[in-house]
Amino acid sequence: MSLLEVKNVTLKFGGVIAVNDVSFNVEEGEVFALVGPNGAGKSTLFNLISRFYDPFEGDIIFDGESLLKHPPHDIANLGIARTFQNIELFEQATVLQNLLVGRHRFRKTNMFSELMFLPSVKKKELENRAEVEKVIDFLDLHPYRDKYIAGLPYGVRKVVEMGRALAINPKLLLLDEPASGLSTEETQDVAFWVEDMKKQMGITILMVEHDMHLVASVSDRVLALSDGKMLAMGTPSEVQNHPAVIEAYIGASDDEAVA
Amino acid sequence: MRILFKTSYDDDINLFKHNHHRFWYILLFVALLCLPFLISDYMVGEFTNVLIWALAGMGLMILVGQTGQASLGHAAFLAIGCYSNVILQSNFGLPFVISFPLAGLISGLAGVLLAIPTTRLHGIYLAIATLAASIIIEDIIVLAEPITGGVSGLYAPDINLFGYSINRYVDPSAFYWLTLGVVLIIVLFYKNLLRSPLGRAFAAVRDSEISAQAMGINVARTKAVSFGISTAITGLAGALMGHFAGIFTNETFNVIISITLLLMIVVGGVGSIHGAFFGAIIVAFLPQLLSFFRDWIGNTFELGSIVIPGLESAVFGCILIFFILFEPMGIYGMWLKLRTWFELFPFYRRDMFRRQKSYLKTERMR
Ligand SMILES: Nc1ncnc2c1ncn2[C@@H]1O[C@H](COP(=O)(O)OP(=O)(O)OP(=O)(O)O)[C@@H](O)[C@H]1O
Ligand SMILES: [Mg+2]
Repeated sequence: MSLLEVKNVTLKFGGVIAVNDVSFNVEEGEVFALVGPNGAGKSTLFNLISRFYDPFEGDIIFDGESLLKHPPHDIANLGIARTFQNIELFEQATVLQNLLVGRHRFRKTNMFSELMFLPSVKKKELENRAEVEKVIDFLDLHPYRDKYIAGLPYGVRKVVEMGRALAINPKLLLLDEPASGLSTEETQDVAFWVEDMKKQMGITILMVEHDMHLVASVSDRVLALSDGKMLAMGTPSEVQNHPAVIEAYIGASDDEAVA
Repeated sequence: MRILFKTSYDDDINLFKHNHHRFWYILLFVALLCLPFLISDYMVGEFTNVLIWALAGMGLMILVGQTGQASLGHAAFLAIGCYSNVILQSNFGLPFVISFPLAGLISGLAGVLLAIPTTRLHGIYLAIATLAASIIIEDIIVLAEPITGGVSGLYAPDINLFGYSINRYVDPSAFYWLTLGVVLIIVLFYKNLLRSPLGRAFAAVRDSEISAQAMGINVARTKAVSFGISTAITGLAGALMGHFAGIFTNETFNVIISITLLLMIVVGGVGSIHGAFFGAIIVAFLPQLLSFFRDWIGNTFELGSIVIPGLESAVFGCILIFFILFEPMGIYGMWLKLRTWFELFPFYRRDMFRRQKSYLKTERMR
């Protein structure tokens, strides 16, 4: 059984078919990449898995269970974490607090015990901190631990967002363009982290990325999309050399040249 | 200059960040406890007023500052707390120790009730919906004359606290201490909230609903809980206001009070407990300060007594504009800068607090 099964999913925004009959499976323990030109529908697929949108047709199955019967705030509890293409951090909170929000799914205490900060709450908080500290160690976020997000440079924000997703302790991690806007060195770090998440933490990763270099170096399988439709699926080199993919990219850059 | 080192996770979640803080806050509390022995009865009343406003301010702060939801209707919850507290005492014969928390509870439930249909609203729409609630409550008070006394109002009975009777005119110090006790408890609750998962869920909803959802936070429910806690605290403030004023009518808790509350926390500094207190000091002492200056000007220039209608609101408006333009963090922001200046002396740089470039966020979820 695959960890995630996307089955014939279609979504329209008015007249635009953002995702058109897309099907793929993500196996446990692999890094699966989605590639394709701008507007291909990659982020929309992520939003469908996050349950921000209802698909017109098709089904999304995670761990043998359809996601469609779950509201958006259940998705993290099922073990799916994500990052956003346009960073969506909690700006007026510190890095530590942002990561701690990731631990929300493990909240066991209720409002009344929290208002009194009973020993049970304190115990749980110390546990949360110990967990989050591991993420901070892993991503080298020590220097920014108590800094407010508003005021952090772009590259650090990207890493914090990845950390917040890791704090969820996910089975499946969705990374939307983890390396966009990063320098070569920073992209190198991302590649190492993705490897470690897969190998050491046993996290399955579904990733959208434009940097083909990164995609080729970390991913096991790649799916290429264009205008919401599936073009090709296979190993990175198979997909990169697929005629339809080359066509889509050249076509896209031609369009850009005309425009 | 003082440098802080953290040595354990406990440092983050302890009530006081370090012993230094603990010392100053305990000193402040002791000073507040001793206050009635040092000042006149009239001033004790004024300080009680500040505390009650600060309490109401903390209630609104949880909603506005912590959860990012607007409310122009919090006077309604002052009214609900005030009326239910007095009605429970007068009509049902309950003692204050029971009627007071019940008043908070009733007000909190009313808040949750208001939140259920309004949590889908944002910004100005939410403000308008809460404003409407405030106006409706005023009407309900008039219509429910048999229990609320309608336009002629109600008298607050003397507080019966374990057989000890407290009337704020007869024994202002006792009422002051009672209020101080309530305020202390709420401050502790507020601090606890900030260091626990619920407080972080509030902040998450405030800063990005979309990623709060992706973190497993039920946004609608979190907003409703925030409304509940916020309006419960405001209700407690309302109950104390009733005993403080002695008599109140439907006019006591009008829309102007709602607006004043909101302006108060903006001037004080949105998002901090300090802000509620700073704002309350301004709101409570501004009229005194103005009349003092008016008399002073009148006497110095021998103009006799001057009466300028609307002066208070005008000055308050100017203060508000000043803060929005120059110090969006309110008085608390100024206080932070001052404190940092002392702590870092002599290394403070002028642009230390300059706001950093912020990244634009789009409405689209991508
Ligand atoms: N909320 C929305 N409302 C209307 N149209 C949308 C919405 N979200 C996405 N779209 C459209 O759906 C299509 C796919 O968008 P999507 O964001 O998924 O692209 P993408 O593959 O992530 O592209 P990029 O590489 O630029 O991030 C685009 O045509 C986009 O304009
Ligand atoms: Mg995208």
